[in-house]
Amino acid sequence: MKSKAWKEKAARLIFTGASSTAILIVLLIFLFLFKEALPFIKDPGISKLFDTSWRPVSFQGESYGIIPLITGSFLVTVLATVIAVPFGVIGAVYISEVSRKYEREFLKPFIELLAGIPSVVIGFFGLIVLAPFIKAVFGLQSGLTALTGALLLALMAIPTIISISEDAINSVPSTFKEASYAVGASRLQTIWKVTVPASISGITAAVMLGMGRVIGETMAVLMVTGNAAIVTLSPFESVRTMTATIAAEMGEVPFGSEHYRALFWVGIVLLIITFGLNMIAQKVFSKYGGRQ
Amino acid sequence: MRNRSSETFIYWLMRGFTYFIVVVIAYIIMDIVWNGIGVIGPDFLFEYPRKSGAEGGIWPAIVGTFYLVAGTIAIALPLGMASAVYLSEYARQGRFTRMVRLAIITLAGVPSIVFGLFGLGLFVLFFKFGASIIAGSLTLACMILPTIIVASEEALHAVPQSLREGSLALGATKWETIYKNVLPYAVPGMLTGSILGIGRAAGETAPILLTVAAFYLPRLPSSIFDQVMALPYHLFVLATQHPNAEAVRPMQYGTALVLLFLVLTVNMVAIMIRSRYRKKTKW
Repeated sequence: MKSKAWKEKAARLIFTGASSTAILIVLLIFLFLFKEALPFIKDPGISKLFDTSWRPVSFQGESYGIIPLITGSFLVTVLATVIAVPFGVIGAVYISEVSRKYEREFLKPFIELLAGIPSVVIGFFGLIVLAPFIKAVFGLQSGLTALTGALLLALMAIPTIISISEDAINSVPSTFKEASYAVGASRLQTIWKVTVPASISGITAAVMLGMGRVIGETMAVLMVTGNAAIVTLSPFESVRTMTATIAAEMGEVPFGSEHYRALFWVGIVLLIITFGLNMIAQKVFSKYGGRQ
Repeated sequence: MRNRSSETFIYWLMRGFTYFIVVVIAYIIMDIVWNGIGVIGPDFLFEYPRKSGAEGGIWPAIVGTFYLVAGTIAIALPLGMASAVYLSEYARQGRFTRMVRLAIITLAGVPSIVFGLFGLGLFVLFFKFGASIIAGSLTLACMILPTIIVASEEALHAVPQSLREGSLALGATKWETIYKNVLPYAVPGMLTGSILGIGRAAGETAPILLTVAAFYLPRLPSSIFDQVMALPYHLFVLATQHPNAEAVRPMQYGTALVLLFLVLTVNMVAIMIRSRYRKKTKW
């Protein structure tokens, strides 16, 4: 009898301990990012991060302004979202409200498959096929532009947007639709005037999570945006995002150097932005119902 | 009547948007298969690379990816499944549970490159593992932990409450109930759900860039503290850093195809088993 009680306690302890590792990892991520980044505040000083240029290797004095990297990420993310939202939302509505059953059973796993293609493969495809295409279509000097990156990122955000929006659309009670039909609305009117507005919070959350994925994506943008650290809002120029900067430069910096610490600051900014997007998405989702 | 035909037009428009995505996915896959299939052969798969990847095969990268994924599974799967058992069977509404859930959501949103920085700071430098299989596997395990927890919890919730109640009514303890009456029905679902996370670990590049990967290491690792080559990183370097990128194009496509094939097969199996399992289990 005694050993039984002991076993119960041990089981509870093990499971509780396992689930607390998630908390531990989150704390460690913040701790270690700041641990590597903080010495930068003393030397060369935090104000260096607000310079207008990112020139970590230079003979005339390095500058670590992360503003061009933030605008680069911002430009690519906004473009990608603008491209991905119509496809994601219309796709989700089509799959859950319009398509036939056999169609749905093919479409859903197929789009899930897209989520599984490794980002480096998408980046490779972008480099070999999409970039020359963009170059030819717009008559540019180089196809490695913000637009090229945004197109690939949109493709990667679409499965996230579709699957979460579809959940939200599915969870709209059928009584809403029946009421709409009863007053004489057509199916299309019901979809756009009743079902979609009723699930708008879920769709919003889906878009925000998709943006979170886009802003954190590394390999595809590293391979196709050309990586020029300049402040621009033109989709046809080369840009450098925060993620690409870390991936491209971390391999070559001496550990503990100013450049190394500056890259950790870039990581912290990135972490805070994605954390914020995530929290807002959760708030939107839980406040207005979402899944029941 | 006019209304009716404009509705049909809009349906077709929506169908067009949806199938456009399908066509793009199909095009990407076809392009990789079409251009990559030519180089696939025993030489390419089982030989060591020569002339920094311009000749020879990708065997060390395949083995390296396999080791990394195996290490990631060994760490993340038990941890993730146990966390899910806690959340589904033990957790009460309270501060701790809320914090665990918040942590899982946060982890799911952390960009992969930030996991790379974290792995570099903690495992590579602080624990002094160096760039190694163990550092890479630990980093990837942290990354896929939320996927495994969420999938496992879903499988546990699918086990009807009556099974637990029946067991408890007969005098079994909580652990006996979980062990004998819940887990046997939930484990297949937990595993298939987790496979999707594992597919993601196999294809990720950014975290291993900073914690394990060696571009050109034409030998196999001898311990978990060795660096390894990995397929995604190999493809990245061949495509962007190789001095003669045009000339090694077939090697790039071959590597892309092997990686795509591995990840998609794993995912497809998971998706298929899962939909089958969902249909079959009727209580």
